[in-house]
Amino acid sequence: MSLLEIRNLTHFFGGLRAVYDFNLTLDGGELLGLIGPNGAGKTTVFNLASGFYRPTEGDIAFQGKDIIGLRPHAVTALGMARTFQNIRMWNTLTVFDNLCISQHHSLGYGVMNVLLQTRGYRENERRVRRTAEEILEVLGLRHYADEYPKNLPYGLQRRVEIGRALAIRPRLLLLDEPAAGMNPGEVDQLIGLIRWIRKEFKLTIWLIEHHMRVVMNVCEWIKVLDFGETIAEGAPADVQRNPRVIQAYLGDEETAHD
Amino acid sequence: MRRFTPLVAYVVLCSLSVAAAKGSWINAYIQLIIMFIGINIVLSSSLNLVNGYMGEFSVGHAGFMAVGAYITSILNVWLFTSSSIFGAPALSPSSAIFLFPVTLLIGGMGAALAGLLVAIPSFRTRGDYLAIITLAVNYIVKSSIENIQVIGGARGFMGMRNVVNSMQDVVNLPWIMIWIFVAVGLTVWVIHRFVNSTYGKGIVAIRDDEIAAEIMSVDTRRMKMIAFMLSSGMAGVAGGLFAHILGYINPGTFTIMKSTEIMVMVYLGGMGSLSGSVLSAIGFTLILEMFRPLQVAKWVVIPLLLILLMLFRTEGLLGNRELSDVFPRLRRIYSPGQKAGINVPS
Repeated sequence: MSLLEIRNLTHFFGGLRAVYDFNLTLDGGELLGLIGPNGAGKTTVFNLASGFYRPTEGDIAFQGKDIIGLRPHAVTALGMARTFQNIRMWNTLTVFDNLCISQHHSLGYGVMNVLLQTRGYRENERRVRRTAEEILEVLGLRHYADEYPKNLPYGLQRRVEIGRALAIRPRLLLLDEPAAGMNPGEVDQLIGLIRWIRKEFKLTIWLIEHHMRVVMNVCEWIKVLDFGETIAEGAPADVQRNPRVIQAYLGDEETAHD
Repeated sequence: MRRFTPLVAYVVLCSLSVAAAKGSWINAYIQLIIMFIGINIVLSSSLNLVNGYMGEFSVGHAGFMAVGAYITSILNVWLFTSSSIFGAPALSPSSAIFLFPVTLLIGGMGAALAGLLVAIPSFRTRGDYLAIITLAVNYIVKSSIENIQVIGGARGFMGMRNVVNSMQDVVNLPWIMIWIFVAVGLTVWVIHRFVNSTYGKGIVAIRDDEIAAEIMSVDTRRMKMIAFMLSSGMAGVAGGLFAHILGYINPGTFTIMKSTEIMVMVYLGGMGSLSGSVLSAIGFTLILEMFRPLQVAKWVVIPLLLILLMLFRTEGLLGNRELSDVFPRLRRIYSPGQKAGINVPS
């Protein structure tokens, strides 16, 4: 059973074909990159996979379970977490609370337990807090537990967002342009972080990225989208030389040389 | 033992007021104000759950109050009194003393079900559009009651005074005041526990970023349902109590004006601040009474005060902080939830 199996995924926004016949199989343990020019449909693929959009056509199975039609929180509960292109933290809650709340699916208690503060509630609450503490600790964010995310520098906000996704204890982590808006130093740290969390948390990572240094350094396998279609796939070095990819990014070779 | 300090203080305070009312040390007018303060605390803190913590803009809180008021009143009049509508009491009038909290809860549940009328549309829409829906629900409730002639229609419904009397015949205590104190305590306790649990903070996540909340594993529909039902249920209980203070209600009480009054208290105290809601409910009720000698001019002065407050303190008295954030020493006797589990060395 593969971890994620996407078959013939096609999505239309009205008359616009955002994704066309996208196929992907992840067996677990990969570090896959999804690249492509602006508007190629990369984020749409993520939104389809995480249940935010319902695809026009196609099948998505996560850990052997059909997830089409499941609401996003239910998909997440199955073990698929993601981050967002523009960081979306809960800014009136502390970093610590952010990491606790993303474990909402695993709380296993209801309103009555909260009000009566039953043993189940207290144990769950302790477990949630412990998980949040552990993740803050390993990501080196311990000192920022009481800060509000919006007050942190950009690179740290990214790190917190990744932490929030990790608190879900996912098997598959989707990162949507994690390096966007980072300075070169922060990018270096990010590359190290991605490699490290993959090993430490035994994750499968699928990332969208524009930043070529990240893509070439981190990904083991790359798929290239252009106008919703997969135009190339392969190891980073091969993709880099693929004429169709160069054409998609730079336009026609002739015009590029002019 | 310190965690019980607020509870003990509250019980002592309540007992004193009940004793004062019983011994007629305070006159009926003061008693009335104390009871209205209690009702307003329940209303403002329950609305704060939706408008403050969850960040929706509900403007129809009085509608839920009306549902609770009518259900509780009708049940009580039918069960415990002989009335022109229902005839002889269905149960012995003296049993009102035990069953009053039950009918109160039934009224609350009825209001919570009415809350679904708002909760379900809120899955698909939010902001201004949801506000219009809540307004519509307020009107639906009010107009429905106005058009049911059996329960008095627009003329109103009465007979609850007899219920209170039959409770006082068994044990002569100011029962409504006691139940209001119980309701206030429970409301504050429930909301306090709810918003300080990881579970309840899910609604704050919805306020901050609903899409992120849904994708990061918060079942937003379920949480919205819980928040709306909890909030409207509490308003229903407040309505049930309100109906028994004067023993008479009419649909005209539960209009958009009443809803606005509750909203003012929420925004005055600060959105997402429970202690703010409690304080502003007390303050606002007192100010309304203090300015009573001004007669009609009161409605010029009070809105003016509001405008000034909003100009110079947009976030309300406490903003989204709690009293213990403003006065950290209070944290020794009550903690509105720890900020984080890690003691960060500073």
